[in-house]
Amino acid sequence: MKYLDEFSNPDLARHLLDQIRSAATRPWAIMEVCGGQTHSIIRHGIDQLLPDAVEMIHGPGCPVCVTPLEIIDKALEVAARPGVIFCSFGDMLRVPGSSSDLFRVKSAGGDVRVVYSPLDALNLARANPDRQVVFFGIGFETTAPANAMTVYQAQRLGIDNFSLLVSHVLVPPAIAAIMESPTCRVQGFLAAGHVCSVMGTAEYPPLVDRYGVPIVVTGFEPLDILEGIRRTVLQLEQGRAELENAYPRVVPPDGNPAAKAMLADVFAVTDRAWRGIGMIPASGWRLADKYRDYDAEVRFDVGGIRTEESSICRSGEVLQGLIKPHECAAFGKECTPRNPLGATMVSSEGACAAYYLYRRLEHAPAAERAPEPASVGR
Amino acid sequence: MCLAVPGQVVSVEDRDHTRMAEVDFGGVRKDVCCEYIPDVASGDYVIVHVGFAIQRLDEESALNTLAEFEQMGILEEEFGDQFALAARQAGLDDPENGRTAR
Amino acid sequence: MSGSDLERPDFDGWVCPLPLRDSPTIVMGHGGGGAMSAELVEHLFLPAFGAAAAPELGDSAVLDVGGAQLAFSTDSYVVRPMFFPGGSIGDLAVNGTVNDLAMSGAQPVALSTAFILEEGTALADIGRVAEAMGRAASVAGVRLVTGDTKVVDAGHGDRVYVNTAGVGVIPDGVRIGPTQARPGDVVIVSGDVGVHGIAVMSCREGLEFGTEVESDSAPLNGLVAAMLATGGQVHVLRDPTRGGLAATLNEIAGSSRVGVELVERDLPVPQPVADACGLLGLDPLFVANEGKLVAFVPPEDADGVLAAMRAHEHGKGAVAVGRCVAEHPGIVVTKTGLGGTRVVDLPLGEQLPRIC
Repeated sequence: MKYLDEFSNPDLARHLLDQIRSAATRPWAIMEVCGGQTHSIIRHGIDQLLPDAVEMIHGPGCPVCVTPLEIIDKALEVAARPGVIFCSFGDMLRVPGSSSDLFRVKSAGGDVRVVYSPLDALNLARANPDRQVVFFGIGFETTAPANAMTVYQAQRLGIDNFSLLVSHVLVPPAIAAIMESPTCRVQGFLAAGHVCSVMGTAEYPPLVDRYGVPIVVTGFEPLDILEGIRRTVLQLEQGRAELENAYPRVVPPDGNPAAKAMLADVFAVTDRAWRGIGMIPASGWRLADKYRDYDAEVRFDVGGIRTEESSICRSGEVLQGLIKPHECAAFGKECTPRNPLGATMVSSEGACAAYYLYRRLEHAPAAERAPEPASVGR
Repeated sequence: MCLAVPGQVVSVEDRDHTRMAEVDFGGVRKDVCCEYIPDVASGDYVIVHVGFAIQRLDEESALNTLAEFEQMGILEEEFGDQFALAARQAGLDDPENGRTAR
Repeated sequence: MSGSDLERPDFDGWVCPLPLRDSPTIVMGHGGGGAMSAELVEHLFLPAFGAAAAPELGDSAVLDVGGAQLAFSTDSYVVRPMFFPGGSIGDLAVNGTVNDLAMSGAQPVALSTAFILEEGTALADIGRVAEAMGRAASVAGVRLVTGDTKVVDAGHGDRVYVNTAGVGVIPDGVRIGPTQARPGDVVIVSGDVGVHGIAVMSCREGLEFGTEVESDSAPLNGLVAAMLATGGQVHVLRDPTRGGLAATLNEIAGSSRVGVELVERDLPVPQPVADACGLLGLDPLFVANEGKLVAFVPPEDADGVLAAMRAHEHGKGAVAVGRCVAEHPGIVVTKTGLGGTRVVDLPLGEQLPRIC
């Protein structure tokens, strides 16, 4: 794909790695906020190729991982109701709620469907006027414009059998919350490039100033990530703390004004409890009051949810970068991608799943991988 | 978050008063909502996330970035020294591609 | 016992990957061909069959019948939609069982065909499927010798369910199976990967995208015969259908207790497949294939086998993609384009398009 494949060039990657290697004279801990960046780092083996001095801490930028448990349970409740077609991005289907997940709801007869875009859910609503179509609107600022437009269209076209279950989360408050933590080890951030392509970069200089940390807006392909790391290391070595944009090809400083206008119309800021982290004030978006009619939480009156997390799951500490996944006692034993205890083991860019899939060789749990049963099918 | 992929706009049309485009991703084609790129035109590159174009891709900027990476390899051979390299790069950077201090 | 309908892409929903050991009912994952299907076989069918069951249930059963080695296999097909770019359920039904037999080195001889038809299905559609089956059988050189048709009430069954069972003859001295891989073996793929999965995904509701990719369903018995005719050893053959190359290599690595090392750069992923995977966030290693096989060949025979494959119409794109090692038995790793390494795990279920 043009303007994508070139940014995986291994020779150029080697240049960048050499630069990082010669620049880093002391240990540094850098957090990449975005789950997509975590995925790319692990998938390409970048964390392996970086010099020991540079440690990547995987941040809470995985919307699957941080969607509050209560919202997951509400989603499961709504999805199980007869007459409902519950639509979701694929990422959410295996996320464990207190006692179930969307896949089990589907097995039990719920009409749960994976869609690529929220517009597909809206089309389903148009095609099935006698059913209630609910879309699970999760994600960061990157995904919010799509969800916003969909609700806006629903209202404009009068598609009244459509509603949105919203759980958006915002990056800048998360960075602040991480830096406020007394056990924080993060010294620099790779900001999420696609979030910034929508929102612009204006929210980050105040964070740079308040916490004295370099923040580098970074993309997702290997060269982009290495460049983001390179610039962060240089700043740290030189004692600078600035906002830099290492992803200018899709991040203009003011982002996308049309998208921001829609976001301001459709969403209102709210406090949000991040799964595994806790309440972060003003860190989420809910539907604005004028779109109340399209809010699934209102339409379905889902109350009285009692949430219950696994008592041994430490995904919160993983999300904050306080421990690495293999430092959790349940990693690879009670908790595997097949039997996830927490959301960080479900999504492929949840740090635990990424570690499990890609790092089992180096961080093998004490029990040896059990032999697979002799193949009994295709 | 944020699997957003670059593609080239092939054609634009209004559907239900919504700006839609057929976008080509190197052979794979998908219908994409372009309401957020109001003046989108055929031939433009956009990045697409869950069926929406969320930003333009600046081709010149992309090529400049790649050129910078190529340059880095050459400069590394010449200079080797990271600080000299950074200084030289400060001279090379233009305001658009370079750092935004504050 | 081969996997059932859900080894083919399931258009009504994605396969459930979670093990529900305490579930009292069948769930979608039981048909997935993966770990849950294995559990159903081991914990329900085998004990229930008792003394009558063979101890090992592979893709094909190998039976000693009067001194001859016969391969015997069965598979059911319930794929939706019935017709997709490059093929239909009919092609899959014939080629799938032909290939099951070929993967134990057998020359397929004959297939049975059983239909479960839903009342109200258009006869024209059944006709198209049957024509496809006849064509595929002729191309493969097998005969459709016996069959059965049942009709169920409208609303029960899904237009067409097809089962094919087949027998084939394994030449003397040929011993091919998933436990036969050895350290040092070269891992060969017969051609482009990810083609079938992307072709069917492109017409899946909610995902439709335009692509020129067409299913690569094809019979592989001729290719296998050409490989064996070189006189070289072939340790393992497998067609990487559901779960893609990743599932197949993990199963073989586990069965043979060897490690597998791939070189990502050497994987033959055609550009349109790579682009579609990029768009949806999929990994080509996990996308289903048809008309392709993976072979584990001892290093001294690899060149000869590769040459024979490339000379055959269904092996033109054959390439070595990795090798077996004694280290990390049961685990498959790949060297990334950048030179790092990562583990390629057994997929849990059909890959889901992701937003992250």
